[in-house]
Amino acid sequence: MALLESELKARSLTLNRTRPKFARKFSKSWILLLMFLPCLLYYILFKYYPMLGIVISFKNYNLYKGIWESDWVGFKYYVTFFQNPDFWLLFRNTFLLGVYTLIFGFPAPIMLALLLNELKNMAFKRFVQTATYLPHFISNVIAASMITMFLSPTGGLINRMLNGLGIGTINFLTEPSWFKPIYVLSEIWQHVGWETIIYLAALSSINPALYEAASIDGAGRMRKMWSVTLPGIAPAIVILLLLNVGKILEIGFEKVYLLSNPTTYATADIFSTYVYRVGMTNGNYSYASAIDVFTGIVSLVFIVSANYISRKLSDSSLW
Amino acid sequence: MNLRKWSISSVVIGVCLILIVATMLYPFLYMTSVSLSKSIYVLRGEVTWLPKALDFSAYKAVLKDPRIGQSYLNTFIYVSLGTLVSLVITALGGYALSRKDMMFHKGWTLIIIFTMFFQGGMIPTFLAVKSLGVMDSVWAMVLPGAVSTWNLLVMRTFFAGFPGELVEAGRIDGLNDFGIFVRIVVPLSKAVFATIGLFYAVGIWNNFTTPLLYLRNPDLFPLQVVLQNIVLAGNTNGESMSVGADSMIVDESLKYATIMVSTIPIMILYPMLQKYFVKGAMIGSVKG
Repeated sequence: MALLESELKARSLTLNRTRPKFARKFSKSWILLLMFLPCLLYYILFKYYPMLGIVISFKNYNLYKGIWESDWVGFKYYVTFFQNPDFWLLFRNTFLLGVYTLIFGFPAPIMLALLLNELKNMAFKRFVQTATYLPHFISNVIAASMITMFLSPTGGLINRMLNGLGIGTINFLTEPSWFKPIYVLSEIWQHVGWETIIYLAALSSINPALYEAASIDGAGRMRKMWSVTLPGIAPAIVILLLLNVGKILEIGFEKVYLLSNPTTYATADIFSTYVYRVGMTNGNYSYASAIDVFTGIVSLVFIVSANYISRKLSDSSLW
Repeated sequence: MNLRKWSISSVVIGVCLILIVATMLYPFLYMTSVSLSKSIYVLRGEVTWLPKALDFSAYKAVLKDPRIGQSYLNTFIYVSLGTLVSLVITALGGYALSRKDMMFHKGWTLIIIFTMFFQGGMIPTFLAVKSLGVMDSVWAMVLPGAVSTWNLLVMRTFFAGFPGELVEAGRIDGLNDFGIFVRIVVPLSKAVFATIGLFYAVGIWNNFTTPLLYLRNPDLFPLQVVLQNIVLAGNTNGESMSVGADSMIVDESLKYATIMVSTIPIMILYPMLQKYFVKGAMIGSVKG
């Protein structure tokens, strides 16, 4: 924001003192500005204009009166939300789902990249990569459809295998305790391959001389991994960890919405699915917006503090 | 043969990777096999690897479903129109942002980056889109997500790498900034256009939230919504799916066939387009 202010100041100075300079600058770059216009319009209409709509979280939104004519109610909806017993449930679910995805999902691509790095056979390496990228390109609807079908208690692949092993049928999708493992595992299945790309790129930039030197010093495979490979990709790991920590509360809406159902809300309901139900299904726009604003602010705090901590602890930071 | 290469650790690594590959691919193989097998074997739960007694009736039933055809067409329209619009806006905007001599160049960048960290949220955005009058039209699928900030920044970074001499040369030849972009920059950036275009296309193809929020008219539903209706909500179409008693189709085959029909284009295209995707992920990651 400091930059923006200085920009504005510079702009007003130009305006006041040296009008011709402003005009000259404009006449020099008006074509570029025109090229930028559609993009700017997009950001105004679909990013900043909705931000104005946040005021409805302080109003009793009335469909007929519209956003501006509706009556002010202050923080009423925020208070209602914080006092709602569902608040802690939603907070817990959103937070835990994010943390589990981070704990189990974050190391997975690193391990896969390390495994791939040990391969000497290029054709096999490429085949493994191609196969592991594939699930990244299927939609959340397809992923959720596959999960639902495979886990079905009647004839689903997994339950047939469990029956074969004599374990019996498990009703995965209506059993609240299964929701989080299913979600996290399927996230790893979908994205692990794709996320290795960045690590593989980092790995390829490690100087081969380091490995040779390590070999001469008598280092074995494991030793080389610990002393050369991991330090080599450490910067990439830190940056990605940072990005992921910042996004903990931004668990995707689509897959949770598609996989959850009223019987699993106790563990599956998160802020965004709740907002959708309250706002879009029940039409309680003001209350839902208040929750939207709350999650937006908490996410912002998360990103800023993750960045701050990382800047203190290491040299890497996003800004 | 140098057997020494086959150390125990190599074998362990190889086996691990083969198991990982199997987990990635087996679900697809299984779906294909079930959807292609004769109902009786599916019912008995005998299909595990390859299809038993090839039978295409599930696919025939799916392709006969009018909802599939209509939604395929809709998705096709959204993907082509949406990719075009997104790509044009993103490329023009990315190029303008990459030029430091554009007025307020820093201010614009800041305005854009801010939206990565804070947004209005689902409901305020929905109300805004509604008040703009694009609800329940083709534009509802094209405009609200037309620009991805990430893609825009990737484009900007890419264009910023162009040597300034090219711009100067264009100037001397009497081109204005738009002319430089169209005549010099675009022809040299085909790979980036392909990459970013693909990202947009796959994004629109897979999008489910946008139609869920902004489309009410079933005639406009894209494939993903219809898929959700058929497979997850279980609305298999009674009329078109009822087949003669002797060639009964089990629900399971039908649903897998539906999933396959909507996945096949991506599965066929993606190995060919893989290098562009990977390139895109790399450009994005290098930026950090």
